[in-house]
Amino acid sequence: MSDKRATVDDALSELRSGMTIGIGGWGSRRKPMALVRAMCRSDLQDLTVVAYGGPDVGLLCATGKVRRVVCGFVTLDSIALEPHWRAARQEGRVELTELDEGMFYLGLQAAAWRVPFLPTRAGLGSGVLEVNPDLRTVRSPYDSGSFAHPEGAIELVAAPALRLDAALVHANRADQAGNAQFLGPDPFFDDVMLGAAERRIVSAERVVPQGDLPLEGPLHSVAVHRMMTDAVVEIPGGAHFTSCPPDYARDEQLQRAYAAAARDPEAWEAFRARYVDVDEAAYRAAVAEGGAGR
Amino acid sequence: MSAESAASRAEVCVLACAEVWRGDGEIMASPFGSIPLLGARLARRTFCPDLVLTDGDAALLVGTPALDADPSTFVREAPMAYRRTFDVVWSGRRHIMMMATQIDRDGNQNISCIGDWRRPKTQLVGVRGAPGNTVNHPTSYWVPAHSPRSFVEQVDMVSGVGYTRAAAAGPAATRFHEIRRVVSNLGVFDFETPEHVMRLRSVHPGVSVDEVLEATGFELVVPDAVPETPTPPADVLDIIRQLDPAGARDRELGG
Repeated sequence: MSDKRATVDDALSELRSGMTIGIGGWGSRRKPMALVRAMCRSDLQDLTVVAYGGPDVGLLCATGKVRRVVCGFVTLDSIALEPHWRAARQEGRVELTELDEGMFYLGLQAAAWRVPFLPTRAGLGSGVLEVNPDLRTVRSPYDSGSFAHPEGAIELVAAPALRLDAALVHANRADQAGNAQFLGPDPFFDDVMLGAAERRIVSAERVVPQGDLPLEGPLHSVAVHRMMTDAVVEIPGGAHFTSCPPDYARDEQLQRAYAAAARDPEAWEAFRARYVDVDEAAYRAAVAEGGAGR
Repeated sequence: MSAESAASRAEVCVLACAEVWRGDGEIMASPFGSIPLLGARLARRTFCPDLVLTDGDAALLVGTPALDADPSTFVREAPMAYRRTFDVVWSGRRHIMMMATQIDRDGNQNISCIGDWRRPKTQLVGVRGAPGNTVNHPTSYWVPAHSPRSFVEQVDMVSGVGYTRAAAAGPAATRFHEIRRVVSNLGVFDFETPEHVMRLRSVHPGVSVDEVLEATGFELVVPDAVPETPTPPADVLDIIRQLDPAGARDRELGG
């Protein structure tokens, strides 16, 4: 039995500039923020980030790591618009592949199932097909015969497989073998994202011995089995400042400070020096201390 | 505030929003904004008891708690994670009321960005699920600040799909497409015209048709007689005020 426990540096060591990287969570909820901050401090660049976007997207844009974002939205939830993402877009610093949220889900699912696309109505008639001229539609072949569909040979969007070089997600619990568990109300799309990726990295609040996850919560909350992961990193508070129920709520105060830091370069440099360009222990200490910039 | 005091503009809007779900039965109502949220809870409390509502997170909610109620007091009936929401959207058992930063005569909506998409003047949240919502189940819109900047000739990025574009995309797009209603701070609008272009359905009490026309950046269809949007009767006003003791409805209209 392989032990997949790793340090942050080990887990991220196979990431390369130019890769397409999926990031789990949703908006400002259960984002693998400790891993994201480590990416911000690395020499990675020109990344394509695929996410139900939140401060992960904003931070990576603000630290110049991103060439392109693939998403249906970017939000901080309690702050509707992500100011660092807005600045990057409005200043023309990042490219965007803007997809409908459902197309995005199907794209990850298609990649996980190793098919080139999945059909959907989502996207038909919308600007999404215009700003992504490479998107294609597909005609249903089931207009006759024993599988004839009442709608006939309708034209649907072929949501393209979103294949990922790597995926990073944060779970409440994981075990050393690579199973992972979501104890909050929503697993989001993290398991699908892992399925779509070549290199699969899970951080968790706590890593327990194999077989112990059912003691932490119902078996169905173990949404990620070990065939879906390569590395497991124990990082208590690894989603902070985003929410990670039932372990902790969003740190709204730090999120407000993060958002406010988008106002001017000086404020951003101060925030970055205190909360981004520091190791995990120093980040913890800065959070515990509060104060400056908060 | 006692039920005797006259209905505010916000309370008229709450009832107008509630009305969009009338007759929908056992489907999921997904309201965005305080006034649509109040409208959905009012609809369920009164004329649409089978309506399915979420707790704003990942579960379906029993009852109609006040807007400022502590979520730890909520009673939930079933889980509704984001992924399950797509099962509901694509099965058609939903009627969403989204907001629109821009909306046009054809019913196209924009929540993506203002200006040229390639390098926008203002980046908004993104198209979100609007493309998929509009071609899968009924959609209504809430626009709290009606002006020529929100009611525009042509939206900058089509997020929610309007009638002409749905028709051009073919039968898969039109089959379940319906823009039911638009409620703004000035009036109620629909697309019940031969070409499915936006029509003034009613003006809120105290608002003139001319005021609406002036605040609209395109040619609106105006019937010969424009009714007034119904004012909530006393018993309905009581419910609205119970559901929103902190007055979120007035704040949404800048009050």
